Formats: sequence, C-alpha cells, structure tokens
Amino acid sequence: MEPFTSHTGVGVPLRRSNVDTDQIIPAVYLKRVTRTGFEDGLFAAWRADEHFVLNAEPYRAGSVLVAGPDFGTGSSREHAVWALMDYGFRVVISARFADIFRGNAGKQGLVAAQCEQADIELLWKLLENEPGTEVTVDLAAKVVRAKDFSAPFFIDDYTRWRLLEGLDDIGLTLRNVAEIDGFEAARPSWLPTTNPVVTG
Amino acid sequence: MGRTLAEKVWDAHLVRKGDGAEPDLIYIDLHLVHEVTSPQAFDGLRLAGRPVRRPDLTIATEDHNVPTVGIDLPIADPVSRTQVETLRRNCAEFGVRLHPMGDVEQGIVHVVGPQLGLTQPGMTVVCGDSHTSTHGAFGSIAFGIGTSEVEHVLATQTLPLRPFKTMAINVEGELRPGVTAKDVILAVIAKIGTGGGQGYILEYRGSAIRALSMEARMTVCNMSIEAGARAGMIAPDETTFEYLKGRPHAPRGADWDTAVEYWRSLGTDADAEFDTEVHIDADSLTPFVTWGTNPGQGLPLGERVPDPEQFGDDNAKVAAEKALAYMGLTPGTPLREIHVDTVFLGSCTNGRIEDLRAAAEVLRGRQVAQQVRMLVVPGSMRVRAQAEAEGLHEVFTQAGAEWRSAGCSMCLGMNPDQLAPGERSASTSNRNFEGRQGKGGRTHLVSPLVAAATAVRGTLSSPEDLD
Repeated sequence: MEPFTSHTGVGVPLRRSNVDTDQIIPAVYLKRVTRTGFEDGLFAAWRADEHFVLNAEPYRAGSVLVAGPDFGTGSSREHAVWALMDYGFRVVISARFADIFRGNAGKQGLVAAQCEQADIELLWKLLENEPGTEVTVDLAAKVVRAKDFSAPFFIDDYTRWRLLEGLDDIGLTLRNVAEIDGFEAARPSWLPTTNPVVTG
Repeated sequence: MGRTLAEKVWDAHLVRKGDGAEPDLIYIDLHLVHEVTSPQAFDGLRLAGRPVRRPDLTIATEDHNVPTVGIDLPIADPVSRTQVETLRRNCAEFGVRLHPMGDVEQGIVHVVGPQLGLTQPGMTVVCGDSHTSTHGAFGSIAFGIGTSEVEHVLATQTLPLRPFKTMAINVEGELRPGVTAKDVILAVIAKIGTGGGQGYILEYRGSAIRALSMEARMTVCNMSIEAGARAGMIAPDETTFEYLKGRPHAPRGADWDTAVEYWRSLGTDADAEFDTEVHIDADSLTPFVTWGTNPGQGLPLGERVPDPEQFGDDNAKVAAEKALAYMGLTPGTPLREIHVDTVFLGSCTNGRIEDLRAAAEVLRGRQVAQQVRMLVVPGSMRVRAQAEAEGLHEVFTQAGAEWRSAGCSMCLGMNPDQLAPGERSASTSNRNFEGRQGKGGRTHLVSPLVAAATAVRGTLSSPEDLD
C-alpha cells in the first residue's frame, strides 16, 4: 500500500445522504474476479443522468468526494472502495460513515475523513460556487483546506498511522502468529469444524 | 459489574488485547465464503504465497449469482459463470469445502451455516456479506466483512477489530396474530434509523424476542445491518438448543452437555449495562411495509404514503422527496392501494422453511392475481426439499407462483431474476435500495404473510384483507 500523507485535488459536492454501496456500485458490476477496472460501475445509475455532478466539468476530474451523512451504508462490497479509487478518488468526506465501508476504505488506502455536517455544508457551497476548487486533505495534521476554508476531520489513530506508513494489515497480524498459535491450542475441542461429518 | 452477551463472546475470542490505538486481535471460529467477495482475496493469498490457515473452519457455497431455473445447464451469463468457476478453482487449490450448484447442501450462505449446525452460540462468525448478522440469532458475534478482511481471515483466522458499543433493543409484550419477526425488525429500523445502530452490537431482548422461533430470530438479526449495526445478537436459550440438537455439526454426547453448560453462561448478566437502550411495545405492532428507498422508510400497512413536508429534518425531507420520485408514489395514497407487478418470496431474510410454510398457508386454495408474477425461491436446496416433502411446492404452483431452486436471486438481481425498469415488487428480502432488484425496479419490503396476501390481491395487503 502506498503511504498517504496529504492529497490535493478537485472537490466534488455530492448532496445526498445515505449513499449506499448499491448506489456506489450496483451489483451487476461486481462480477469481475480482478481488483481493478471497477471505475465504469461507479455511481452507474446516477451517471446515466446528464445532470449528475460527475458528468459536469470540472468535477469529472475530481479526487475528493464531499458527501452527505451515512456514506457507504448497506452491502459490505469492497468493490465500492475499489470503484471510487479506480475512478480517481483518494478521499471521501462525510459527517458519518457506515462501519464496514470505513474499514474497507482504510485497508485500501482511501481516506474516509469525518467532518462536522456544518463544515460540509460550507464546503458544498464553496465547491458549487467555484467549481474546480481544489481541496487539500492533510492526513498528518487531520485538516481539510480549500481556499480560505479550513476544518478538522476525524480518523482513528490506528488507521491514520497505517495509512501514513502504508502498512499492510495481514503482515502486521502475522507478526503475532505465536499468539494465534497459543489461542488455537487452548480452544475447546467441541467447537465445530467444517470437515465433513461421518455419521452412522 | 456484569458483562453483556456481546462482551462475553468478545472476551472469549481475544487473541491479543490492543493497547490504545492498536485494535484487539479477535479469533474467528467460522468463515463463510461465496463467489462474489472472495476471488480477489484468494488472489491476494496467491500473490503473497500464503496458505489458508484453517480450511477446516472455512466453508463455501455458491449463492449470489446462481440461476434458480435450469441449474443443470451451464450458467448463461459468462461473467457469473467465471465467478462461480473461479470459486471452484480456488476452493480446490486451497482445500476449502464447497457446496456447488446442484449439491444438496447448496444455498444462501446464511441459510446453509445454521442448517448444518455450524453456527453455534458464543462463536465468532464472519463472511464477505453484510447479512452475516443473521447468525447472531444463536448468540454468536457474526458480521459482514469486506474482501480485504476475507483475505485477512483466510490468512490468519483473526481480524483486528475495535470493541463495539452495545445497544439493547427491548421488545416486550406479545405479537398479535399476523405480525411477524419481519414486522418487528422493520419497526426497529424505522425507529432508530438506518444509521442508528452504527458502531453498536445490538442485542434483541424481551418477552417478544424470547417467544420467537430460531428462524424468526434469524430474520430479526439478519436486518441489523439495515439499522447500521454490523451485528445483532439474541441470547441462547432452550429454543436455540432445541434447534441445534442433532444437526450434523452440533456437539454430541458429553460434548453436548459441556457446550450447553457454556452456552447457558453467555446471557447478559443482570447487572450489566448497555451503552444505549431502546424499547418497542410488541402489542402495538402491525404488519409493516416500506414506501421508500432505504429500509428505514417504512410504515404500518394501514398508513398512507407520507408527505415529505411532514419531515422536520431537511435531510430526511430531501431523502423522502427523492424516494417518492423514484418509487413513483404520491403522498396521501393508502399503502394498501399500491399495486405491485411482482412478489418475491425468498432471501437470507425470509427464505427458510417457516417462511415458506407461512406464505403457503395464505395461498392454499387461492390464486395469485392475474397481472402479478410470484417467485418462490427457497433459501437452500434443503429448504426446497423439505418444502417439497410437505407439499408446499404444489400449493405455490397451483396458486400460479413459480417454484425455483435455491439462491439469492431477486434480492439483489445478480442472476437473471430481476425487476424491469419501473416494475414494482413486494419482496421479503432486506433492501429496497434504488435499482437493488434490477435497474429502475421499485421495491417494497414485506413479511412472507404480507407477500402472499399481496400476491392474491395485487395490492399491498395482509392476510386479514383476504376473504
């Protein structure tokens, strides 16, 4: 994973709450068996509408999505994060993220920055009044800036550290493999396994 | 101070306690795998040269995009076929047990686990599917994970996780006849909202919950995620033990007694405290249906389509306006007058044998309205076989419904079972999101009883509306 310290890019105002993962990428786009190429499915239904924000210049080239509360609800599909990243997004800003989405984002290097809704309203106005405005998301300082707008954002310290260092989760866990071995040795023997049961 | 059910199960799975910023490392007892969220995870293992640590705690089935007719033929959609074939290759390569299409144990992953007895109280269960919360009905911590986490569990049998907060959902009283688990959970979601459970493990409690069967409890826990909670749980009791006893993977002999003794100790202590508590009066509940495009936009069937102006909160108002435009509904219309084109009975929410029995009871001797198509999709091939042994398939087909093979089907329209643009469904599934059941499709979430009555009348109805 690439380390992430700070990112500056065009901000995209998405005035919608409850943007569920079915909207981010509909199920019909989930059938690939690779990790790339999901950008065509991003917001597929909404992009069919010519007035949708990503169909307008200069938002088309956006990399910082500013959305309403409860972003990423619904299905656990990590493809939602891949689709956003394949399209070019590096950051999503929202007042509240669904838990699974936030976890998935952290693992892939997409920054889920949690801001106050009042700050998001200000940012929406700025991005709509001056389309193409660049937004800087400074992960080291946990601050979002755009022109004279500036606001703090929340991200948990552990995810932030992993993103800053570009660390892979599995590698981190396998450092503790002796503890996993120890736990397994102490598990009760009656717990089920998936080995086929021979009856009779 | 005592501990809650969730805290006890969490503590019993601590491999390593995190310090401050570092999350806890939690052991996973059972990992369920399906064809959609796993290919990239297996690929990641291959790239890193890592094996599956515990193939004996892992089980796979094909569900999300399998067809429900002509299952003996090759899958027509080449992309679906690729996913299914990729799963088969991955399971063979990594030594994971798989129940493929056509197998007697094939079905929706959340129906398969419990019916095999693999889901047991006090366990941790994960799957790359958000409806994994279903398994919490047994008193396990069960939740959906993303593909990176699937890879993490395959490689390490653990997950780094932060402790959750706990929320008690107390449902006291007695459900009236015709009011089901589905109505309870839709009412819960309407009350706390689609984000209300975020960061929490829900524990459903109270006399109305204790009176539910295991299958009904699974319906309740299944939709915890629609309230924003990754997991929902119900304390194990005699109903749980009765359901488990004798299932293929349930403990036997002396092990059974040891297990039951442990399971009995899991319930929330009398002096434990929840971070939040919610109260629902079971006696006041009636059949519940959704009118909008998220599962929190629901009302009792006797109500009317709401006016967006009545929502105080601006976000809720805009969301309601958008939902009504998408759903093609006019404020003030009685919900009972909404015509549907399709009725879908199935899914991991309501595709179990009790659901099929309840719907069949309504349909027995009646006909599906002429302009309505009804799909009945059992949650697993075992459920299908059981239904056929009871003659339920004949009730459905004689009423004019289609009797299908097992899979996720129209719940998410990854297979050919989809709504056409503008088509309206009454669906026993779990999500009424825009386009969920097919591009432009309009979904009303309902219980199996409401689904069956709606199929007969052609408009949203409950059995008491039938002659």
